[in-house]
Amino acid sequence: MRVDAGLISYLEELSALSLSEDEKLRLLGDLDEILQYMASLSGLDTQNIPAYSLVYDNMNAREDVATSSLDREKLLRNAPKSANGMFVAPRTV
Amino acid sequence: MHDMSALELSAAIMAKKIGVIEAVDAYIDRIEASDSRLNAFLCVEKDKARAKASQIQARLDAGERLSPLAGVPVAIKDNISVEDMQCTCASNMLGGYTPVFNATAVERLERAGMIVIGKLNMDEFAMGGSSETGVFGAVKNPWDTSRVAGGSSGGSAAAVASGEIPLALGSDTGGSIRQPCAFCGVTGIKPTYGAVSRYGLVAYASSLDQIGPIGNNIDDCAAMLSIISGRDDMDSTCVLESPFDFGQEACPQRLDGIKIGLPRNYFDAGIAEDVKSAVMAAARELEEAGAVVEEFEMPLMDYMIPAYYIIACAEASSNLSRYDGLKYGYRSPNADTLQGVYRMSRSEGFGLEVKRRIMLGSFVLSSGYYDAYYKKALQVRSLIKDAYSSLFGRFDMILSPVAPGTAYKIGENAGDPLKMYMGDIYTVSVNLAGLPAAALPCGFGAKGMPIGFQLVGSAFSEGKLVSAARVYQNRTEFNKARPGGEAL
Repeated sequence: MRVDAGLISYLEELSALSLSEDEKLRLLGDLDEILQYMASLSGLDTQNIPAYSLVYDNMNAREDVATSSLDREKLLRNAPKSANGMFVAPRTV
Repeated sequence: MHDMSALELSAAIMAKKIGVIEAVDAYIDRIEASDSRLNAFLCVEKDKARAKASQIQARLDAGERLSPLAGVPVAIKDNISVEDMQCTCASNMLGGYTPVFNATAVERLERAGMIVIGKLNMDEFAMGGSSETGVFGAVKNPWDTSRVAGGSSGGSAAAVASGEIPLALGSDTGGSIRQPCAFCGVTGIKPTYGAVSRYGLVAYASSLDQIGPIGNNIDDCAAMLSIISGRDDMDSTCVLESPFDFGQEACPQRLDGIKIGLPRNYFDAGIAEDVKSAVMAAARELEEAGAVVEEFEMPLMDYMIPAYYIIACAEASSNLSRYDGLKYGYRSPNADTLQGVYRMSRSEGFGLEVKRRIMLGSFVLSSGYYDAYYKKALQVRSLIKDAYSSLFGRFDMILSPVAPGTAYKIGENAGDPLKMYMGDIYTVSVNLAGLPAAALPCGFGAKGMPIGFQLVGSAFSEGKLVSAARVYQNRTEFNKARPGGEAL
């Protein structure tokens, strides 16, 4: 598995990122080296080994009861832009 | 006051020898005197802390008994939510964000009468092992300010080591409590996954993250852990029924009947000689205290780092997709379309290490590579968990180094991410298996920097680890050493 400019561009798309030319160059080298190292896992036989999953028998599930949530006005104070009790996003239609 | 343990300080407050406001002021004075050289604190909320101190003093004066840590100042890593205090995760992405709720751990500390006085520096979004990747600059090691404090909870460890705060909260996803403790010569506990609620901890890798205490000795850390641990309706993975109760043993000195495993291959290669001899000496100390120490070969050692980074990055790429520039945090002024707001805000808001891990995560989860990387890593995680289960059939606990070397120079490893990742070799498998571990100082290296070792136990065996750590610290003086010099 070799990392090239096409893969970097695909990963930018998947990650919702736009890298600078300098970042692209650095990450191309870094990801190539790191992914080659990670590929060492392929040398281990894991046939019939279940994938780890985080499930407990005693999982702490609370009752499905409606309760009051966090204060809307306070939450909106953290929004970069808000109006009429809502987040403001650029027009899409 | 700065020579007292947190428990001693609270006892002095209860005995009315020291006032709560006096204690808070003394620590704030200390921070103001030393933090410009350490960069451990990102904010100090003096007025809020003094107001809280006054309330706690009134309650204590009225005869309320809050906890063994009542009145003690505490500081919180800046990825754990404290209501009405900044929570930047040392990132531009969360600039200006102020949580409107307390993390459960913080809520419980406040209920126990502890006073939050500020937030602590860290690697950006807890992604790093040196506390250099944050946007507010590197945390300096109090033993030598040209060196890193470790990470990602470097601010927490440096603040405790320098006497700026008696206790701090950190978080540990792959060693982020234990490694900075080792680098700064302080004590910390990474609790069992599911012992402490993650509600209010900004998520990095949700199946690995745990909040835990950092302090000057195991008793202080145990007292703090017993306050923050236990079931919480806000975190379904927090399954510990009742908070830990570690009791109050009077100076235990013996470990008769305890079997400790020593992973022989952890000491074979890649470890500095000074670290190796200090950790071996710690094993001998426990042996002299009555424990039986037996060497064994740790299985799967070569697969721990790849499995950890695949899983951690996969979870990070999913968790960090919430930063969209709309609901909170940074929004790029340079975008006028919805997609543009997402991409520009994230590109301008995140630093390079965070982008690197998000992109690695996107890769290992992507179509065509999922099975070979992510699913494979989950299978390896099952094997590592099973290997530990079988080891805990033979041993009560495992003793190992925390890091292969001591604190390095700031900037020394910054351009080599893979080298940084390899530094986590002794810590990440503990998170993959969801186990508890206590990091304890055990000496000083050739360059005069602290060395730490860790005791790893089976799930929810914190009581055993605390007992063994108490024995070790009662027989040694390493946790009492304090940095001097120009930093302080």
